[in-house]
Amino acid sequence: MRSPNLRPRLRVLAVSAACAVAATTLAACGSDGPGGSSDRLEVWVYQDGSTTIQEDFVERFNETSDIQVNLTQIPGENYQDRMRTAMGSPNAPDIFFNWGGGSIADFVEEDMLIDLTDTLADDPEFGDAFIPSILDAGAIDGRHYGVPMRGVQPVILFYNQTLFDEAGVEPPASLDDLFSLVDTFVERDITPAVLAGADPWTELMWLEYLLDRQGGAEIFDRIRNGDSSAWGEPAVLAAAQNAVDLVEAGAFGNNFRSVSYTTDGASTFFAQGEAAMHLMGSWEFANQLSNQPEFAESDLAWATFPAIEGGTGDPAALVGNPTNYWSVNANVEGEKLDAAVEFLKLHASEDYASALIANGDIPTTANAESLLDEAPTPEYARFQYEMVRNAPSFTLSWDQALPADQSTPMIDNIEKLFSGQLSAEQFVEAMLNL
Amino acid sequence: MKRETIRSPRAGRPGIAWALPAVLFFFLFAAAPMGIVGYLSFTDWDGLSDPSWTGLDNWSRLWNDDGMRNAIWLSLLLTALSWLTQTPVVLLLGVWAAGRQRNRAVLSAIFFLPLLASSVALALLWRTIFDPNLGLAADIADWFDLDNADLLGSSTGAFAAILFVSGWQFAPFHMLIYQGGARQIPQSLYDAASIDGAGTVRQFFHVTLPQLRNTIVTSTVLMVVGALTYFDVVLILTRGGPGDATAIVPYLMYETGFRAFDLGYASAVAAALVIVATGTSLLLVRLTGFNRMRSTREGM
Repeated sequence: MRSPNLRPRLRVLAVSAACAVAATTLAACGSDGPGGSSDRLEVWVYQDGSTTIQEDFVERFNETSDIQVNLTQIPGENYQDRMRTAMGSPNAPDIFFNWGGGSIADFVEEDMLIDLTDTLADDPEFGDAFIPSILDAGAIDGRHYGVPMRGVQPVILFYNQTLFDEAGVEPPASLDDLFSLVDTFVERDITPAVLAGADPWTELMWLEYLLDRQGGAEIFDRIRNGDSSAWGEPAVLAAAQNAVDLVEAGAFGNNFRSVSYTTDGASTFFAQGEAAMHLMGSWEFANQLSNQPEFAESDLAWATFPAIEGGTGDPAALVGNPTNYWSVNANVEGEKLDAAVEFLKLHASEDYASALIANGDIPTTANAESLLDEAPTPEYARFQYEMVRNAPSFTLSWDQALPADQSTPMIDNIEKLFSGQLSAEQFVEAMLNL
Repeated sequence: MKRETIRSPRAGRPGIAWALPAVLFFFLFAAAPMGIVGYLSFTDWDGLSDPSWTGLDNWSRLWNDDGMRNAIWLSLLLTALSWLTQTPVVLLLGVWAAGRQRNRAVLSAIFFLPLLASSVALALLWRTIFDPNLGLAADIADWFDLDNADLLGSSTGAFAAILFVSGWQFAPFHMLIYQGGARQIPQSLYDAASIDGAGTVRQFFHVTLPQLRNTIVTSTVLMVVGALTYFDVVLILTRGGPGDATAIVPYLMYETGFRAFDLGYASAVAAALVIVATGTSLLLVRLTGFNRMRSTREGM
């Protein structure tokens, strides 16, 4: 039986439901940002194999602190987009993971980050704990906005020792060696170097080293500091031409553009003994160790990128990600800021360095050397540590070093260079016209 | 007395308050953002500082942008080819699924699976399948004795892959529409046709197809608008590549907006897309006479 009163009552219900919906939506747009009444620190981190360390240390921090840290893990490669979008909104994180350099340059320009230079200088235990070159790599105009929080991630030339032994060859010392290795392995029906062309940042790694060895780190340093005419340097053209020559010599096989790194296509192919070399960030070792332990233990070897005859670059120079950093939102103030600094200081501690080592990472703290023996593979840890310590320069990955409006078209152009849509000359021209 | 209340003209039409939640949602999440996008398309904005007014700069840039022209061409191509390849397949599948055959329910359920999974998961799955060394693509290339399985590495191959995956993903949805449409066709029409001596094929062309006219229009509009705004699989499977071979308009918009953070220009791209997609669907509806909603069952 229906009551005649039903309809008016429902109408009231509907109106109030609509108001409730509108109210919550509008409220969600307006409040609960950092520096507000919330007494928690929102911390955002890029989710990967090392995130467990952050979980541990956040838990440890929360045991003693009045102000709690709330860790949010952002999965996948779209971290940068989400972080940047959030920073422009009231829901920005208080502390967030970044790559330093260009990845935070826009925030610095807008005064959205806390300048940590004095905080680091005032407390020697904090500021002096880190290797200076690493701390500087993330700096902007000499000011520090980030505290190192992950291991060093130089790009390393990994190779398959067994395949090299079978062919009777050594890792390349020069670019000529590399080209003759390409011929050797092509003859043996082995892909000389696996390249995950579906993820163009892997192609970027080759170009970074080719330019660094050819013309030194200064050229990209000029580009990074806003002098885009440096793309016109002859060394850039030579590097691009070398990349094209490698592609044409079959260094990467004939289907590399469909190979993906993010779905493990390249690493698995390499581990199966189908490819002889893999130029990749240092994380590749930990990756292989967990996914293909047998290969990692018996076949996987590593070397520095070869020199180039007539090149002016130092063969000990490195490219890659010096480390990752925590930066603090400028909206954080008062007690929350004190807590945030305490949280950052935790990352200068020996406990933190040990945790990184146990995870297979090389910490960026100056005391790391004494801890290297605790690493899962001390040999690899020592190689990496010495590589970083002896490097005259450590160039931040170009896509992280440049502001977003330049790095996106740059990556597109590099992809076109490797897929033959642009010649070396056209590449240089496209980069000059950015 | 109560029955009279229910029968009064007002009783059949719920009060305007019922529409309020939907209207509010529409304004908050569709109309307002669209208005903001329209405004932003006249500004230069990096997402952090305040937008600065630049007048028609973005729009004149849009008009002369080769990347945008390429994107529009690719979007139109994708739309046309999607419609041409999908419609015959889903029409037949839908009509078939409307029948009462054995195993029909089981097979329909299997066909339906792609629609249940998230686009991102599907795109990742296909990316693995298309891996030229380890994926299914490598085996297929072996069977046909092809040089390599560099599908995503070639311009046409990558475009074909997008076309195929989108068709595969949305086929079940359109199949369902056609299944519903075909189920509504009165059995008496078929009975009459068989008395007149029409076989299965003639029944299909002379009864089923004409009766499905409005269903075809519905499915076409959905397909066209869907293809014009297709995005997620492109992002994960090809990232607009190789080069810009699959950089359709929605992807270009995303790349400009959320990779390069040129949000003013991205807004202009988005606004242009809204205009084109709305215009296309209005045009389709008008051309097909769908808006008059004439009954296809005259005399029944």
